[in-house]
Amino acid sequence: MRTITFREAIREALIEEMEADSRVFIMGEDIGVYGGARGVTRGLVEKFGEERVRDTPLSETAIIGGGMGAALAGMRPVCELMLMGFTAVCFDEIQNLAGKWPFIHGEPQFKVPMVIRGPFGAGPGGVEPHAQCPEAFFMHCPGLIVVLPSTPHDAKGLLKTAIRDEHTVLFFEHERLYGTEGPVPEGTYALPFGKAEIRRKGKDVTVVATAYMVFQALTAAQGLAEKGIDLEVIDPRTLVPLDEETILESIHKTGRLIIVHEAYERGGSGAEIAAMVCEKGFHDLRAPILRLGAPNYPIPYSPALKKHYFPGAEGIESAVQKLLKD
Amino acid sequence: MEKELLTDLYEKMLLTRRFEERVVELFKQGMIPGAVHLGIGHEAFSVGAIAPLRKDDYLLISHRGFGHSIAKGIPPGRILAEYMGKATGCSRGLGGAHLADRTVGIAGVSGCQGGNHVIAPGLALASKMKGTDQVTACVFGDGTSNRGTFLEGINLAALWKLPVVFLCENNRYGFSVPIRRAMVNEDIADRAPSLGLPGVVVDGNDVIAVYEATDKAVERARSGEGPTLIEGKTYRWRGHTEWDPGTAYRDPQEVEEWKGKCPIKRMQRRLLEEKFIDSEGIEAMEREVTRQVEEAVQFAMNSKAPRPEDLESHIVYYDI
Repeated sequence: MRTITFREAIREALIEEMEADSRVFIMGEDIGVYGGARGVTRGLVEKFGEERVRDTPLSETAIIGGGMGAALAGMRPVCELMLMGFTAVCFDEIQNLAGKWPFIHGEPQFKVPMVIRGPFGAGPGGVEPHAQCPEAFFMHCPGLIVVLPSTPHDAKGLLKTAIRDEHTVLFFEHERLYGTEGPVPEGTYALPFGKAEIRRKGKDVTVVATAYMVFQALTAAQGLAEKGIDLEVIDPRTLVPLDEETILESIHKTGRLIIVHEAYERGGSGAEIAAMVCEKGFHDLRAPILRLGAPNYPIPYSPALKKHYFPGAEGIESAVQKLLKD
Repeated sequence: MEKELLTDLYEKMLLTRRFEERVVELFKQGMIPGAVHLGIGHEAFSVGAIAPLRKDDYLLISHRGFGHSIAKGIPPGRILAEYMGKATGCSRGLGGAHLADRTVGIAGVSGCQGGNHVIAPGLALASKMKGTDQVTACVFGDGTSNRGTFLEGINLAALWKLPVVFLCENNRYGFSVPIRRAMVNEDIADRAPSLGLPGVVVDGNDVIAVYEATDKAVERARSGEGPTLIEGKTYRWRGHTEWDPGTAYRDPQEVEEWKGKCPIKRMQRRLLEEKFIDSEGIEAMEREVTRQVEEAVQFAMNSKAPRPEDLESHIVYYDI
């Protein structure tokens, strides 16, 4: 199978959906001739024209509110935010308006089929609020789908589903993944929401990790394998909907769960997953659930500080060992 | 202007007034569980600015939206049923003040003020991209003119020459704060030229002036020339909501002065002067409007409350 980058995979999904459906268009800051702050939309304005690849003013509320209005009127907008941290600027438009509009106006009169996509998480120079991971905010909001792909294959397949879906979808692309490569089949395909991928099969401890943390977990699993500890690594791919079954089945086997995300630990997606497992898989647990996230203070700028700030493979390894010792 | 149009505008204003007066009674009787924001005194704007729109034009209304909804064509009974939380409400009893009806182009109400400013360009963009000639109208008040979305939404509409008509209903108070304490501008419409679109000030109590200005703006939008902002100066006779008597921050004399400028009486005088209608005709219209209001009240009262099982089909979308 051919290998392409995460960035190219997203671009392919956009191209295929724009070719297949004239209602699909994209808008955002610097997505035209510049090709997007992360280069995802490079070449698209040449291919589809300025009408369907719309550079916008620096107006996040108008990008999301405008996307929402277009969606209400039957279009399929894909709105790029230069950074998903900017969702804070248009939080009303996303959670009060796009998420709730169908209900408060008597669903199914008004659905909001819109995709909001962009980079999140910390690259080497990442700083607040640009480098944050705000996905958990949106898990709390009715009506929103939350997608965090980790591979080019998943990014393409899930973005295609996102564009075709009738909900507003928050699509989080990790900064450190854009340049990563992976196998992506030539033909067209879409992946379902709510279907986790088991990245590594194992029997001792289940690690649920999202986006860039999937690879930290896999690195930890390699290190631990040398010590005879066998990790199962699950990538939920979508947090809403969440594939509870795959996680619960894994815990039934391992009895131990660690959840790893780059977002702040308190109130993160890990809290929701842990609560779900306590409710539905409590009797399978042989040890307390551990969460590994960023500390509950803002992301430091200096790389010297940053390397101690985020959870990583080493932290996961020692957490696993601690869990098995207790 | 033609007799038929003028009498129709008058009848819609009268219907709105009698409807809202009836809402006051129902609210006092405890029949309406949520907030009620009345536009008594605003009828020239809520009717005159909506009448030039086609049924398939989009309209985003504010929380003070009874008049606009009636003018655009939501049956009054369904509006009232919505406020009473009934299953027959236009938003199925799920939204209260969030009135919407796709069949007449009413696309909804933003809860936080200012959401409409940014949704409107999106609706209009869709019409432009699909090549329809639909126009989007966006209603807001003087208070909401100070939201940041005012700048973002109007700038985008002007930049992309989108078919939007921004309808500012300036009733001089954002809840309790008078406009002079909320902005330096005398006229909100003054902000429009700086963003590259015409800003038009009209007497918001003169239904003909409102109609003519909006009609021109709608035609301008429909022909692809871009958005217009229309500001109608009017006054709210009642409090911000029916929980607010509206007396703590306004001189009673000011309220009385504005009641003297009643847009409905003004139009009635005009119709009588022009001999478009006689006093018998006025009385007949009054009876007809009262009949429609009572019919709406009966419809809403006799409607059933939604049952939890009715909700199931609405929450499928949320079952994710």
